[in-house]
Amino acid sequence: MSQDNKNRPLLEIEDLRVRFGDPVTGREVVAGISLSVAAGECLGIVGESGSGKSVTARTLVGLTGRHAHVSAKRLTFNGENLLGLSDRKWRDIRGREIGFVLQDALVSLDQLRPVGREVAEPLRLHGWGNRALREERVIDLLGQVGVPEPAMRARQRPYELSGGLRQRALIASAIALDPKLVIADEPTTALDVTVQAQVLDLLEVLKQRGDALILISHDLAVVSRLADRVAVMKDGIVVEQGPTSKVLRDPRHDYTRSLLAAVPSSHPRGTRLLLRDPTTPRTKIARPAQTALPHGERILTVEHLTKRYRGPDGITRTVVDDVSLHLDAGETLGIVGESGSGKTTTARMILALTQPDEGRILLRGEEWSSLPERDRRSRRPLVSVIYQDPLSSFDPRWSVGQVVDDALSREHYASADSRRRRVRELLGEVGLGIEHLDRRPLQLSGGQRQRVAIARALAPEPAVVVCDEPVAALDVSIQAQVLDLLCDLQDQLGVSYLFISHDLGVIQHISDRVAVMKDGRVVEQGEASAVFASPRHDYTRRLLSSLPTPSFERVEVQTTSVERELAVGSLRR
Amino acid sequence: MPSLSTKVGLWTRHRMLRRLVGRVAGVVGVLFAVSTLTFLAAHLMPGDPALTILGGAGSHPTRVELLAIDRQYGFDKSLVVQYVTFTGHLLLGNLGTSYILKERVSTIIAQQMGPTFVLTIVSLVLSWVLAVGGTLLTARRNRYTSAFGSGAEIFVAGLPQYWLGIILMVVFAFRLRWFPVEGGTGVAGLVLPALTLAIPLAGFIGQVTRDEFSSVMEQPFVLSARTRGMGDTGVRVRHALRHSILPGITLSGWALGSLFSTAVIVEAVFARQGLGQVLVNAVSQRDIPVVIGVTLLVAVVYVVANLLVDLVYLVADPRLRSAG
Repeated sequence: MSQDNKNRPLLEIEDLRVRFGDPVTGREVVAGISLSVAAGECLGIVGESGSGKSVTARTLVGLTGRHAHVSAKRLTFNGENLLGLSDRKWRDIRGREIGFVLQDALVSLDQLRPVGREVAEPLRLHGWGNRALREERVIDLLGQVGVPEPAMRARQRPYELSGGLRQRALIASAIALDPKLVIADEPTTALDVTVQAQVLDLLEVLKQRGDALILISHDLAVVSRLADRVAVMKDGIVVEQGPTSKVLRDPRHDYTRSLLAAVPSSHPRGTRLLLRDPTTPRTKIARPAQTALPHGERILTVEHLTKRYRGPDGITRTVVDDVSLHLDAGETLGIVGESGSGKTTTARMILALTQPDEGRILLRGEEWSSLPERDRRSRRPLVSVIYQDPLSSFDPRWSVGQVVDDALSREHYASADSRRRRVRELLGEVGLGIEHLDRRPLQLSGGQRQRVAIARALAPEPAVVVCDEPVAALDVSIQAQVLDLLCDLQDQLGVSYLFISHDLGVIQHISDRVAVMKDGRVVEQGEASAVFASPRHDYTRRLLSSLPTPSFERVEVQTTSVERELAVGSLRR
Repeated sequence: MPSLSTKVGLWTRHRMLRRLVGRVAGVVGVLFAVSTLTFLAAHLMPGDPALTILGGAGSHPTRVELLAIDRQYGFDKSLVVQYVTFTGHLLLGNLGTSYILKERVSTIIAQQMGPTFVLTIVSLVLSWVLAVGGTLLTARRNRYTSAFGSGAEIFVAGLPQYWLGIILMVVFAFRLRWFPVEGGTGVAGLVLPALTLAIPLAGFIGQVTRDEFSSVMEQPFVLSARTRGMGDTGVRVRHALRHSILPGITLSGWALGSLFSTAVIVEAVFARQGLGQVLVNAVSQRDIPVVIGVTLLVAVVYVVANLLVDLVYLVADPRLRSAG
């Protein structure tokens, strides 16, 4: 073991184990992983929730948690043993030697303090300069990470900044003391796709100037953009590890294969995302509905819809601006756009929960939005909805059976017996069994909850289901299950989906036609294949180029090359 | 762009003004309601006010004397007329004259208000010190310390003030002789009465502060701060503390008014000068103008306290400054 210290990696982990609770019988969340990172290298750690990736990251800064027991054969950083460090020594390392970037800066920065003070905090804690020097350095740092008007922004609070600027500020606080290693735990998960691309560019710049980077994500595509090597984690162990291109092109482990297969953007409409048996080729599911009704009955017509809101500052904003859409039987219309583009407001108007200021909505050719609620109520079962977070749309005290039963029509299912039978039938259709009938929403997994939400949406036998980000909160393999289920149900029932998502990959996978929304307007609309193959509008092109795909060769150029040069130039030491 | 910023400034000021007008209208409404209710309640009290003015049942006044008083004070008029007269006087700032002391009510209140105010404010500050100190020292420590802290809060929150006052007096005044038994004008005389009021209140404030503190310590931004190298004490004082006092501030509006009215008990136990004594005597002697005057003052204190809470909130939580 007489290796030269200089050739040693910056961070070495051998057989790391983390157990919560009792040191012997407690739950082992990290079960013996070995990793290493060299200077100037980016290691990607990929895994779904509960895989142990965040616990691993927190262990590397000694913040595993209160009841955690950490052991390892070797855990060294820069030649120093990290095991059994004193609290004082750890505090010395955190922020100075290792920078840490968390997900969603809105909650990862203190809301009550100006952003500048948060960025200055590591400087102050490690005794860097005096107050005036630190203030200068903060402005300098914010400028480096691409925050415009840094002096003004430094005085603002996190909720006054956009998601992208907040995340940049958070990164600025992590790199304030030029740490040798930056750990980024889901740094882009809460961000819109174009902003995500910018933040990934920024991290790339950090890597280019020689920092070591650990990038943790549930999203293979994000990791593949930056990482030189990838480690795939599942249930606390690293199932596969190697150079990024090799792992993505030639995955050895079944789990890696299923993860790659579950990424919806790589697979067109009508193919299954889930590999039941990873060795069989991907099957195209038969779509009788599509051939039976190529352009069936016109279910929904939206004409020149406009909605304005007056903000707290007294300025009236047009949230939805002259939107026209249509939806036929058995068809899926995907609405894609970033946050604030007016997707959800449009959906609320189609659900007749919000009155449009101008324009009208026709349901099966008859007036819908202009009717008084009394006349509309009898036809409400025709339109149902699935939300992003089913948990908050369920009464937590109701059982699954009650939730679905409540949505059944009392006319068609008058007797308790017929309702019971129908509830079981619906649960069967979404892949749940009788054993789930008496469970409460809290006792279900995220995927099961969304299945219950789908069963509830289908219970009134609707013509249209509005799906508002139904898979955004789910892990990629669960997301794949839910998307497959939605496709199957459409084939069986001929129901139409109005499918809203910020995720281009999901939209591309599920939609027959696509409408791209930006600032309340539909900027582009058409057949999904046409829009994705040859986007006409600039914004669509920009969205598509921002979309990280699990690439075998690393793709460059996400933002314009000029922006990029500027960023690299300012950060280079 | 100066034009834009002036526009925004005007708008903001306009909105603040509207908010202020709304609040003042609310204050006037509350005071009007309180004065009406106390007027009615006072007239439901048994006994003849003329008799009270003439020195109570023991003085055996003649019918003529009583009638003269009735005429002089307007007791012979209908209730409606009396109410209108009363409200008219009130609008002019005239609270009337005490039946017993034959002094203007406003003079009596002005004389006695000072000590009660001092006691109230000192108690509120003291209870905050105890609550925040307790939270910082015991919340989210090891299991036993935390359990001790929250247990102690529940215990003291349930203590009745009159009992606590007597215990404090017995221990610190009679036994240890650290503080004067009763009266006492200086700081020494203030300690025991203020503690009597502050300790139970600290229990209440401590409970909400601790709850918030514990949930704030779980927030990602606390983890962020720790990854920058901040220690436990730093996180507690610099990040979590400010968040955790917010719910307690709301509680303080209620607490200030409540302290002002429960000061009565403490002033009785410690024989302190103050409005409490005035109110107790006035109620027992049916000195209606004084009762109404003190009640109105308590209402004003409640209203002003809640206005203050709103202002303090704006300082403590910058998020409210930008929101509507």
